[in-house]
Amino acid sequence: MDKLLEVNDLTKRYAQGSVLARIVLTAADHVTFYIKPAEIFTLAGESGCGKTTTAKVVLGFEEATSGTILHNGKPQGRKEKVWVTEGVQAIFQDPFSTFNPLRTVDSYFHETVQNYRLAGSKKEAIERIDQKLRLVGLSYAEFAGKYPNEFSGGQLQRISIARALVTDPKLIIADEPVSMVDASLRMSIVNLFKKLRDELGVSILYITHDLATAYYVGDRIAIMFRGNIVEMGTVEQVLMNPRHPYSKLLRDSIPQADPTRRWTTTVSLAELEQEEYLRRGCRFAGRCPDAMEICRGVVPADLSVDVLVKCHLYADGHTVHDPS
Amino acid sequence: MDAATPAKKKAIIRTEKLQAYYLLDMQGTQKVVKAVNDVSLTIYENEIYGIAGESGCGKTTLLKALFNDFVPPMRLMGGKIIYLLDGDREVDVTGLSPDEMRQLRMEYISYIPQGSMSVFNPVLKLKETYEDFVGSHRKGQSREETFELARHQIEVLGLPANVLELYPHQLSGGMRQRVTIALASLLRPRVMIGDEPTTALDVVVQRGVIQMLTTIQKDMQNTIVLVTHDMGVHANIADRIGIMYAGKIVEEGPTTQIFSEPLHPYTQFLINSLPKFGDKNVRGSVPGSPPSLADLPPGCPFHPRCPHVKDICRQQMPEFSHPTENHKVACWLIGEGNHG
Repeated sequence: MDKLLEVNDLTKRYAQGSVLARIVLTAADHVTFYIKPAEIFTLAGESGCGKTTTAKVVLGFEEATSGTILHNGKPQGRKEKVWVTEGVQAIFQDPFSTFNPLRTVDSYFHETVQNYRLAGSKKEAIERIDQKLRLVGLSYAEFAGKYPNEFSGGQLQRISIARALVTDPKLIIADEPVSMVDASLRMSIVNLFKKLRDELGVSILYITHDLATAYYVGDRIAIMFRGNIVEMGTVEQVLMNPRHPYSKLLRDSIPQADPTRRWTTTVSLAELEQEEYLRRGCRFAGRCPDAMEICRGVVPADLSVDVLVKCHLYADGHTVHDPS
Repeated sequence: MDAATPAKKKAIIRTEKLQAYYLLDMQGTQKVVKAVNDVSLTIYENEIYGIAGESGCGKTTLLKALFNDFVPPMRLMGGKIIYLLDGDREVDVTGLSPDEMRQLRMEYISYIPQGSMSVFNPVLKLKETYEDFVGSHRKGQSREETFELARHQIEVLGLPANVLELYPHQLSGGMRQRVTIALASLLRPRVMIGDEPTTALDVVVQRGVIQMLTTIQKDMQNTIVLVTHDMGVHANIADRIGIMYAGKIVEEGPTTQIFSEPLHPYTQFLINSLPKFGDKNVRGSVPGSPPSLADLPPGCPFHPRCPHVKDICRQQMPEFSHPTENHKVACWLIGEGNHG
């Protein structure tokens, strides 16, 4: 199988606190996944689950404690900077802090064109930029010479996607690209992702806590909890038929736009993030409705080719319901 | 559903032709931003009223106006804001002095802001902030009594008991939001207004916060006015919903009706654009973008984006028509002939 991006056994630890009261948090713990060409792969989970840490390491902003990242089979890390030559691009959460308020927005586009030597003349550069802006429903004429404050949040987010497209990337890493925009703009951005995948063959690592849009655009999904991927599979499998108790909780917590289907059960929330990170055994055991004796002492086996759920409920002797 | 008989309920808070504008002086030229434009709302006792709409439609300004909190450049340009005090006395609060208004806050009406980060003083323990807020309302009360009240309520709401001894930065965003709600409900106000209280939170925490709001409402039998753009949250918690567009309420009705029979084309867009599990069909978003509140189009403000636009929509704003007793909508397509 063709793999565009491979992340193998990636671990990232952060030390917290002072010298005397030092604790080490494993923000990403043996994270393993891959992305195929022309695929939208979602990494989902609540705040503080390690999804952004994973993105940072993959992008080379942070150094991995251990593990490897391969892009088209070539190793990638802080030193190699494969991203720069291969034109992998990123989109971030807050479009207002993506752009410097004192710089015109088009200067970012020209800079990217220059850095990658994508055009021989100014005219060629403008043509290229205009072409990318048209993909997101804007044009060069209506945007040249303007500052970030002259655009709405939704427009700016689309501009930052167009900026990422200037280099014709095959992989875009999008960290919570829709969490700051409201529902109708959200749809226009995820529809755009769909178009990029279907028409240009772009792969997207879509990091989000919004499972509804993940289901809508995504092909495969990994659910993260406190540094671990706890369940992975196609969106149909994982979201329509979640197996891990945490995936079930996440899915059931999405407010459905249907007043006849309100929540009837109550949830218990994590008291402190740190406690769960440091927990022995399964990190979800403290909140899990199905917790067993073994969960409090023994960490469930990591995901592998055959095991797509990190949970004792599905260990040997328990049958896994296969939706297909 | 509770909202089925609002006619028998008392209106706890009411506005009449409320206009709240921002007056901006841009290099010599005056710019008027009509954020709340002629809104007449009636919100009843013992209900959860949801206000929905896109960013920049005036939702937050409407809430500030309901709270009677006008800070320049926001100005009250006309209309009344009426509170029902002591259960039977209707008072137009636009005429109250700042002191009288301060006395009503926390006890009659309280506000839950979006970013709970800025509610608490970062260098004080949470209990000191509690004392600051409560002290001016309970003059004769000692520190110990205030802490006791706070501690009791924290426990009732299922928050960890030691939370009062912590500093704000030690809490996660979700916990801080829940403590903010606990503080807002401490003096058992008749009305609580929440401005996107769950927006920055992830789904599980959001569910916990919503759970807490409904528990408080059931316990105190008071009114919650909730602003959010997330229709899923409204579906889960609101008894009635008002849809706001460009500074105006364009549709209002019981939650079940708004979701089962949305009448205004804008409401239909809002509801149909939501992705649903098990349905991968392409969903459109509302075409175009909301108008600038400083430069509204003539007639119905939605007409430039409306797929069913007619000539009259470009000229005149429709009045409300009432397809059923509790459901009203301002659109030329609905109930023709009733617009006079």
